[in-house]
Amino acid sequence: MSVVLESRALSKRYGRRQALTDCTLSIPAGRVAGLVGPNGAGKTTLLHLAVGLLAPTSGTIEVLGAPPPASPEQLARVGFVAQDTPTYAGLTVADHLKLGARMNPGWDAGLAQRRIASVALDPSQRAGKLSGGQRAQLALTLAIAKRPEYLILDEPVASLDPLARREFLQGLMEATAEHGVSVLISSHLVADLERVCDYLIVLTESRVQLTGDVDDLLASHRLLTGPRCDMAALPAEWHVISASHTDRQSTLLISTADPVGDTTWTVDQVSMEDLVLAYMSKAASTPGRNRTLEVQR
Amino acid sequence: MMWLTWRQFRTQAIIAAGGLALMAIILAVSGVHLANQFNASGIIGCQAHGHCEQVASNFLRTLRGSGYQVVFLIAAGLTYAVPGLIGVFWGAPLITREIEAGTIRLAWTQSVTRTHWLAAKVGLIGIAAMATAGLLSLMAGWFANPVYAATAKAGAGPSGLNRFEPAVFGVSGIVPIGYAAFGFALGLTFGVLIRRTLPAMAATLGVFAGIQVAWLQLIRPHLLTPLRSIVPLDIANINSLMTNPGGHEMVVTASVHKPGAWILTNQTIDAAGHPFTGPATNACLNGGIQACNASVGRLHLRQLITFQPASRFWTFQWYETAIFVVVAVVLAWFCYSRVSRRRLT
Repeated sequence: MSVVLESRALSKRYGRRQALTDCTLSIPAGRVAGLVGPNGAGKTTLLHLAVGLLAPTSGTIEVLGAPPPASPEQLARVGFVAQDTPTYAGLTVADHLKLGARMNPGWDAGLAQRRIASVALDPSQRAGKLSGGQRAQLALTLAIAKRPEYLILDEPVASLDPLARREFLQGLMEATAEHGVSVLISSHLVADLERVCDYLIVLTESRVQLTGDVDDLLASHRLLTGPRCDMAALPAEWHVISASHTDRQSTLLISTADPVGDTTWTVDQVSMEDLVLAYMSKAASTPGRNRTLEVQR
Repeated sequence: MMWLTWRQFRTQAIIAAGGLALMAIILAVSGVHLANQFNASGIIGCQAHGHCEQVASNFLRTLRGSGYQVVFLIAAGLTYAVPGLIGVFWGAPLITREIEAGTIRLAWTQSVTRTHWLAAKVGLIGIAAMATAGLLSLMAGWFANPVYAATAKAGAGPSGLNRFEPAVFGVSGIVPIGYAAFGFALGLTFGVLIRRTLPAMAATLGVFAGIQVAWLQLIRPHLLTPLRSIVPLDIANINSLMTNPGGHEMVVTASVHKPGAWILTNQTIDAAGHPFTGPATNACLNGGIQACNASVGRLHLRQLITFQPASRFWTFQWYETAIFVVVAVVLAWFCYSRVSRRRLT
């Protein structure tokens, strides 16, 4: 299976602040990968390294087989929608399409026109007058009509209301399914990604906590509920990711390869949100660290 | 890439072109009148009559306080201001505005390398900057030509316009082109270093003005070693003579007649070659002006002049332009290397 993004011990430091630490990833092609983590975890840093807006402090990263941004050809193969979906406020929607056509050899003008029409954007409107959702659609159109092999989106829906959010993600899925594009999309909200991702990367405190195929991850984790237990007495092959206890009851999220046979526990499938929250809180409960997690539905 | 650069620069280019056109109309209309007045003054062909000094002086006197003077002051002021304004309004925001709006992340992820992106911006706007300053200087120079010609013939009489004098040198010839290239590159550099528009604009303005003043005071006079000339002081040229109440001290200064030259120092020295500081002659303490002047004449005073001769005008123009353009290129190269090493986002 080919790999779209491969990093080894990738690190980025801004002065004394470590923004990304020892990030080793290998994301297969053809996936919609979700990059989840709280604000400030290093998601934007990782994505900027992937599109070549930043250079690594140490370690290596390769996107589509080359360190970004090797050349105009490499740039043409990767589409990027930056955080807050920046556009030129003084330029019209039509100007932006012209910009895309002039600056990208593989520009698909028909696709761009169709997308603009389907999301009801007025070509003569200045981008500065668009709503957040419209601007995000314009930015996405620019990235998609470039006809990239790999589309990277940094919190594209963060500033959108729930309806615009759903429309944006729907448009994204339709476009990527149609053209067979690999996608890497970041969000601090699990709920945004739950519907669209089949590959997951959890990033907190500048480190990758969890990465893998969503189905595999869901299959290898269990949510157990049972009478209050002693943590030390649990089977050794259970890797407890998170545990919470009330006076009478314990809830555990464990990683295990085998089915749970012990009938004192009620065994449930984990959801992606359970999984992400468990790994985030695991990182947060590490001594000396403290970070508030943002979870919204 | 050129298209985006032009699209973003269009409004500023139109403003600059409009300003240039307005200035061109004003200078053309009044310049034609000035040229007519010059032609009617009798300066052309004055050699045959041997009264060049007189007609040229008359011509210059008619200009004093006239509208032509105002027009020239405006054109000169604009030519001085434009390189700084270009640095502040074209150079400094060029990159900072894209950083602040986040659009640099859009621009740098199209299929155009960041260095290509920068080269297009610097190329187009840098050339526009130099063209704007060059055109202004050309128009102001054309307008002032009759005045320069008359000044060269008017002798030591009324002050005309000497294009080698510091106040005029910077708005003549090709140096404004060098200043504009430098101003633009300086603004760009502060933008790259500071990354915020307003502080970068303020730094550009301050540093550009500081460098202009320092250049004038410290560097330009020494671009070439000044010439020295010692001439007998002609009492007809005395333009000030002061004594202190006791008569121990007396200061005499006389004007210098070196058409088109830039006079750096003009010192009155005595027969032995020391600076003359007095004492005052009896005639100057007690007698009339004529007797005083005659007594000064008997002191055999001389004038020690250091100056840059008129023949060096274009050498100075080329040197100064070349230095500013080279510095601009170095600054642009620095910005280029910062951008290619991704030190911006």
